[in-house]
Amino acid sequence: MKILVCISHVPDTTSKINFTEGDTKFDTNGVQFVINPNDEFGLTRAMWFKEKQGATVDVVNVGGAETEPTLRKALAIGADGAIRVNATATDGFFVAKQLAEVVKNGGYDLVIAGRESIDYNGGMVPGMLAELTGANFVNNCIGLEIDGTNATAVREIDGGKETSSTSLPLVIGGQKGLVEESDLRIPNMRGIMMARKKPLNVIEAADTAAETTAVKFEKPAPKGAVKLVDANNIDELVNLLHNEAKVI
Amino acid sequence: MSILVYTESEQGKFKKAAFEVASYAKEVANQLGTTVTAVAINVDDTSELGKYGVDKVLKVSEDTLKDFNAKAYAATIQQAAEKEAAKVVVVSSSADSKSVAPILAVNLSAGYASNVVAAPESTSPFVVKRTAFTNKAFNHTEINSDVKIVGVSNNAFGLVENSGNAAAEAFSPSLNDALFGVKVESLDKVTGKVTIADAEIVVSAGRGLKGPENWGMVEELADVLGAATACSKPVSDLGWRPHSEHVGQTGKPVASNLYIAIGISGAIQHLAGINASKVKVVINTDPEAPFFKAADYGIVGDAFEVVPQLIEKLKEFKANNA
Ligand SMILES: Cc1cc2nc3c(=O)[nH]c(=O)nc-3n(C[C@H](O)[C@H](O)[C@H](O)COP(=O)(O)OP(=O)(O)OC[C@H]3O[C@@H](n4cnc5c(N)ncnc54)[C@H](O)[C@@H]3O)c2cc1C
Ligand SMILES: Nc1ncnc2c1ncn2[C@@H]1O[C@H](COP(=O)(O)O)[C@@H](O)[C@H]1O
Repeated sequence: MKILVCISHVPDTTSKINFTEGDTKFDTNGVQFVINPNDEFGLTRAMWFKEKQGATVDVVNVGGAETEPTLRKALAIGADGAIRVNATATDGFFVAKQLAEVVKNGGYDLVIAGRESIDYNGGMVPGMLAELTGANFVNNCIGLEIDGTNATAVREIDGGKETSSTSLPLVIGGQKGLVEESDLRIPNMRGIMMARKKPLNVIEAADTAAETTAVKFEKPAPKGAVKLVDANNIDELVNLLHNEAKVI
Repeated sequence: MSILVYTESEQGKFKKAAFEVASYAKEVANQLGTTVTAVAINVDDTSELGKYGVDKVLKVSEDTLKDFNAKAYAATIQQAAEKEAAKVVVVSSSADSKSVAPILAVNLSAGYASNVVAAPESTSPFVVKRTAFTNKAFNHTEINSDVKIVGVSNNAFGLVENSGNAAAEAFSPSLNDALFGVKVESLDKVTGKVTIADAEIVVSAGRGLKGPENWGMVEELADVLGAATACSKPVSDLGWRPHSEHVGQTGKPVASNLYIAIGISGAIQHLAGINASKVKVVINTDPEAPFFKAADYGIVGDAFEVVPQLIEKLKEFKANNA
């Protein structure tokens, strides 16, 4: 089984979010980038398929040279090879098109992406990629088993979960639950050394136009100070929620 | 040309989000000087959509669509959009709609903007405001394609009453077997409980509650408010509460009108997932807890004393305002 894990390179969860150039560009100054958390769960599940079922695992990112440390980290965690499609990821559709080329050329059976990236939060790439490559698709995936070309996938739904049977080729939008947090791996020294020797192929982007453009960013208006209510005056809270906030 | 809206249902009844997306579609239709057509799958009585400005309803009655199926649902909506020559398709931000929309986008060659929080700020160019960076920012996005898909964030636009005929018309999409490559085998779903995605009010509790045996008061508070229950990540990791209640950056997103956080410190990853909620109330013993900086109302106090009192006061309030 050939697995491709899509890796989005995103600001660490604690990053301060600022914009430059008239609020048109994300300010990367002082920002630490990491593997998108949803993709890290997916990569860890892929490692399980590699170790238990002999799968080969490649990782891919659509981005500039600055994303290579993130791909190297994925290699250090255990991926066999990495691909970087050399382009600026302008929108979800553009990325999905690029990834579809990689999937077709590489003959991957299973593609593991994340349910959403924590920067642009599009939640678009996995579904688009599934459709562009004609693969089956399970989003919000919190459990995946593969047996030959058959797959059983668990999807988180509003208020519960749903188990489906499907088959390869398959694209999933994964998230926490695919593996437990305690299963996530921190690259060790040996992994880091080995990652240096693993292939990281840079390929040129296919010609595609984006369908959406981020015109401008904006930060939420600064919030007013919290209104504190005395713990012995709960009536006041009820009153505020009813008359001021109008939420009850 | 009309605006097409996908009005989601569950067990034959519209979800609240269906009326919200219909309200949104009506606003877009007004801006563009056109009408709203809804597509509804396996709903008998669709008349209520009229109240939210829907003029026409394409009613799909299909046994094969009894279980959710992303590709088959996308194909149904696609065919409805083509029939109506729709230029804008509006969907919700439910787990199901978020699975359908990307597929629909590919097949309609449509640009898709998700997590949209307001009516289009202009229609030519077509620009919408959406959340980005896990609610730490907004992104004004232009959709350049001819056909556009807008995914509306829950509770962002609200319900707006309007009048429409909601004239029902049977619609049978042509669905081939190839669409059904994913088959639902079993469903494990809490019934009769408000879900986090649908809830207007969410009552959430954290490690400050000390143990699962103390959740009775959280459930009771939620009951009184008609709210959904949620929890912080460590609480679900410890197995005190089911994973489906975990909210935050790595859990479910919350965009309720009211979010009550009990014994939750307010870590950045927690806040990232719940920040889209409009009004936040925090109850915490520690006045230095970061949540106080993100909240609208706060009580510095012990949950075990404050929450039972709050339940009593809300019951009184309910009785007086019934
Ligand atoms: C990559 C990453 C992703 C993460 N994603 C999420 C996520 O999605 N969701 C999430 O929630 N967390 C997430 N976290 C974890 C997050 O950083 C915090 O650890 C977590 O939110 C803390 O949970 P808590 O507030 O319940 O517990 P604690 O931090 O232990 O806080 C308990 C609070 O309860 C208060 N308290 C104690 N006793 C009482 C009492 N009797 N009455 C009232 N208050 C009391 C305390 O003062 C304290 O503020 C993530 C972390 C990382 C690194
Ligand atoms: N630039 C990218 N390169 C590779 N994979 C990506 C990229 N952007 C998004 N993805 C994948 O698609 C998932 C969903 O991203 P998004 O649609 O941007 O929310 C991510 O979790 C990744 O798995």
